[in-house]
Amino acid sequence: MSALLEVRDLTVAYGNIVAVQGLSLDVHEGEIVTLIGSNGAGKSTTLRTISGLLKARSGSVAFNGERIDHLEGHETVAKGICQSPEGRRIFGGLTVDENLELGAFLRKDKAEIAADREYVLGLFPRLRERLTQKAGTMSGGEQQMLAVARALMGRPRLLILDEPSMGLAPVLVDLIFETIVKINEQGTTILLVEQNALAALRVAKRAYVLESGKIKLSGDAAELAKDPEVIKAYLGG
Amino acid sequence: MTGAPGRSAPTIDPKDLTLKISGAIIGLVIVLWLGKNFLYDPGQFLTVAIQGLKNGALYALIALGYTMVYGIIQLINFAHGDLFMLGTMMSAFVITTVLGQSSPGPAGYAAFVVALVVSMAFCGGLNVGIERFAYRRLRRAPKLAPLITAVGVSFVLQFIGLRWNGSGQKQWQSVIPDGQINIGSVEIDVQTIIIFAVTIPLLLLLTWLVTRTKQGRAMRATAQDQDAARLMGINVDRTISFTFALGGALAGAAGLMYQQVVGTTAYNLGFQLGLIAFTSAVLGGIGNLTGAVLGGLLIGLIQGLNDGLVYGLGQQWSQSVVFTILILLMVFKPAGLLGKNVTEKV
Repeated sequence: MSALLEVRDLTVAYGNIVAVQGLSLDVHEGEIVTLIGSNGAGKSTTLRTISGLLKARSGSVAFNGERIDHLEGHETVAKGICQSPEGRRIFGGLTVDENLELGAFLRKDKAEIAADREYVLGLFPRLRERLTQKAGTMSGGEQQMLAVARALMGRPRLLILDEPSMGLAPVLVDLIFETIVKINEQGTTILLVEQNALAALRVAKRAYVLESGKIKLSGDAAELAKDPEVIKAYLGG
Repeated sequence: MTGAPGRSAPTIDPKDLTLKISGAIIGLVIVLWLGKNFLYDPGQFLTVAIQGLKNGALYALIALGYTMVYGIIQLINFAHGDLFMLGTMMSAFVITTVLGQSSPGPAGYAAFVVALVVSMAFCGGLNVGIERFAYRRLRRAPKLAPLITAVGVSFVLQFIGLRWNGSGQKQWQSVIPDGQINIGSVEIDVQTIIIFAVTIPLLLLLTWLVTRTKQGRAMRATAQDQDAARLMGINVDRTISFTFALGGALAGAAGLMYQQVVGTTAYNLGFQLGLIAFTSAVLGGIGNLTGAVLGGLLIGLIQGLNDGLVYGLGQQWSQSVVFTILILLMVFKPAGLLGKNVTEKV
């Protein structure tokens, strides 16, 4: 069985600075896969390249058996990849509801969109109270919920989450991770990037450890969580 | 009675206080001046005010093009005024040269409508072309590069106007009747009514497009964060083209009305009106659509009052008064009337 997302020998550079070098990873249908690593390891660069916001210098990205590395950002969304980017990047000047509508920008199935809106508002009841509020006036945690909800509104086959727990209070971090598991249980495949490696390894099935732009370790998430090297470098052991 | 508990005495920044006091004094002087003029002759006051708003409506239409483009790609499109200038020439070409209309009447009105459509399509299309060929490839370049390019495009358009219209002014016959309507002692000419009859529906249409349609929502999203917009599936290039098309079309409409009301075309028209319209956009808060309309109307009104009132400084001071007010406003409200001080959030 071939993977839903297949990244092979990906190299991405900003000018002369190589951010990702020869990276390969697979995400299979129905999985949660996490990519962990320290600051500047190349995690966000990898995700931005998969989403088509950056162009790879070499290597390939295939989704559902089809090459997508030549596509622009908006075209990968049409293929079924939705990303909640690092730093949330919600549209602060627009209302929460407008943000959600934008998440479903490419969809035309009105009834289904309304159903998904109910679904994400069920996942994050807090957003329902804030529908008419400007998104930028919400707290960081609420903005993060909106960023995830907005990505879900595209009804993705692959949901990419970049640092969904960044800057959040511990209780909210727990809520976000619980929700990630819930979303996955509903059948959405998830590629998760986290600095909070402990929590990420707990929810993921498989994991990749990225260091200085290269995959250093990979395998079963539970196994990696016990790996002394991983514990030392990322789990504060 | 006791004061609110737990509230410490407000600290007063002397600089802030000076600014506030001087602002209040300036405001008071303006109110007194307006009051004196109004009492001297209310009819004349309202007549010149409406006359001012008529010009203001044209400034507003052009200012919208500046502010929309700035809002979406943070570029001051110096060529925008020249686009308006080519709109005046296209209008004259359609109405007089092609359709041969030079007087009011059913045929003249039909020609006006045809010219409105042609001029809007022409300027909108031209603006899209300019963005596509001159600005798009510079989108990731340092800010100065597209700015200088815009100045260059402005010259290119001016020289096209020079070839088209010659080096002097040309006079044209209008298809809008000359008459006026009197309400009490207030005079409103037919031209003013036509300008408002065209401008108001256009502004309503624009508001609907920007706030109610999917394309409008894509515009606002792209203006805020291009990469995030891409992640929603929004085609950013197409959205920017759409914005240029809208801005250009409004300049085309303004071009037609200027050509019909003022009756002249000249290759350097875009510079003068463009500058005023750009000022309107800044006055209202650049990037803010309502602000651009408000700024345009306000500048028109200030000009009208200054030029037409007995105690005004007269037409020769018109520009000085407008820019003095701009400078004063910038001192007190640096982001413009409706602009927000944007702080980068990290």
